[in-house]
Amino acid sequence: MNFNATLIGQMITFAVFVWFCMKYIWPPLMHALEERKAKIADGLAAAERGQKDLELAQARVTDNLKEAKVQAQEIINQAHKRANEMVDEAKEVAREEADKIKAAASADIEQQINSAREHLRKEVAAIAIAGTEQILKREVNAEAHGKVIDDMMAQI
Amino acid sequence: MAGSYETSGEYIKHHLTNLTFGYTEEHGWGIAHGADEIKEMGFWAINIDSMAFSIGLGVLFLWWFRKIAKAATTETPTGWQNFIEMLCEFIDSSVRGSFSGRNPLIAPLSLTIFVWVFLLNLMDLIAVDLVPWLASLVGIPYLKIVPTTDPNITFGLALTVFILVLYYSVKIKGPGGFFAELAFHPFPKFMMPINLLLEGVTLIAKPISLALRLFGNMYAGEMIFILIALMYGGGWILGIFGGFLQLGWAIFHILIITLQAFIFMTLTIVYLDMASQEPH
Repeated sequence: MNFNATLIGQMITFAVFVWFCMKYIWPPLMHALEERKAKIADGLAAAERGQKDLELAQARVTDNLKEAKVQAQEIINQAHKRANEMVDEAKEVAREEADKIKAAASADIEQQINSAREHLRKEVAAIAIAGTEQILKREVNAEAHGKVIDDMMAQI
Repeated sequence: MAGSYETSGEYIKHHLTNLTFGYTEEHGWGIAHGADEIKEMGFWAINIDSMAFSIGLGVLFLWWFRKIAKAATTETPTGWQNFIEMLCEFIDSSVRGSFSGRNPLIAPLSLTIFVWVFLLNLMDLIAVDLVPWLASLVGIPYLKIVPTTDPNITFGLALTVFILVLYYSVKIKGPGGFFAELAFHPFPKFMMPINLLLEGVTLIAKPISLALRLFGNMYAGEMIFILIALMYGGGWILGIFGGFLQLGWAIFHILIITLQAFIFMTLTIVYLDMASQEPH
């Protein structure tokens, strides 16, 4: 073991190398590492936030869906009701119409019956007068016996 | 390769000699030709090979990491950026686990130690004869390519760490607090000399053990590679056997070099943490 000036040379070299490493190598490397660490942490936090947002959105979607279903049901119910109402209304209108037609028809019939009766009565009266004339062989004065004829006609 | 040497002892000795530049009476300033001249050069000589590989690998490490650090983005990391970031996170978590205070120096220091020492150790996995043989072709007589088998290098690292330990001890505990820790510790105050002796040994043992552990492991590993390489000169059967041994030892050595780099780093963190503890 010969000690010589190599010892001092090595010490100086070592000191210079350590200084260089401390000044130019370690800080940028550590800086990059720290920055990346922060970036990854941020990324993870963002991912977590995204996950949470997604969950919230999904919950909202479910709520909306439920609400929409309820609304749709309501609309359907209303439509059903409305349809029933319309059917009822239509029925009502139809019935009224039918009643009206019926009434008109019966009035018509009544009138015809009356007119027929009137006609018949007149005819019967004429036949009766003619018969009576035959029986009596003489002329019946319609004017003189008008009253009697009217009574008879009223009885028919 | 061992065949070109007179004896296997000479071969081993040659492999364990540094390329040293220094002053001798005989040749003046120049490169030493053998261990005796290195001894004669004394302290004011420099191991060119250790320094060159040490600085070269250190610069490679810094250049490479700087390139990645400049390009580092917060996007998905790819390729080497991924690897280096993983390494940095590993070291950062080691520092956070062992170092209780806050000190911006510790983590870069640990990174430098870990990667640099690992690279220095890694040179051990290059075939022992290859680079010295290539160097001998261009006229370089000696070349030790694993800087951590040179105690100068490991002690250089450990002493720098030790200086930091002393600096932070004095800075954070105050001179009085540091002295109190050394003098009043295991036994009561009246046995101060014994305390000083015990704690002083503990303190001094830190850098020495740090340096010798790394040096010892790497030197022994290199030695075994050299011994295995000697077998190639012993005929076919020994050569094939040596090949298998080399492969096995190299695989095992991958573990050792990583472990030694990690231990050096961890102990540095622990020592500096102890130095930075507030007095209680």
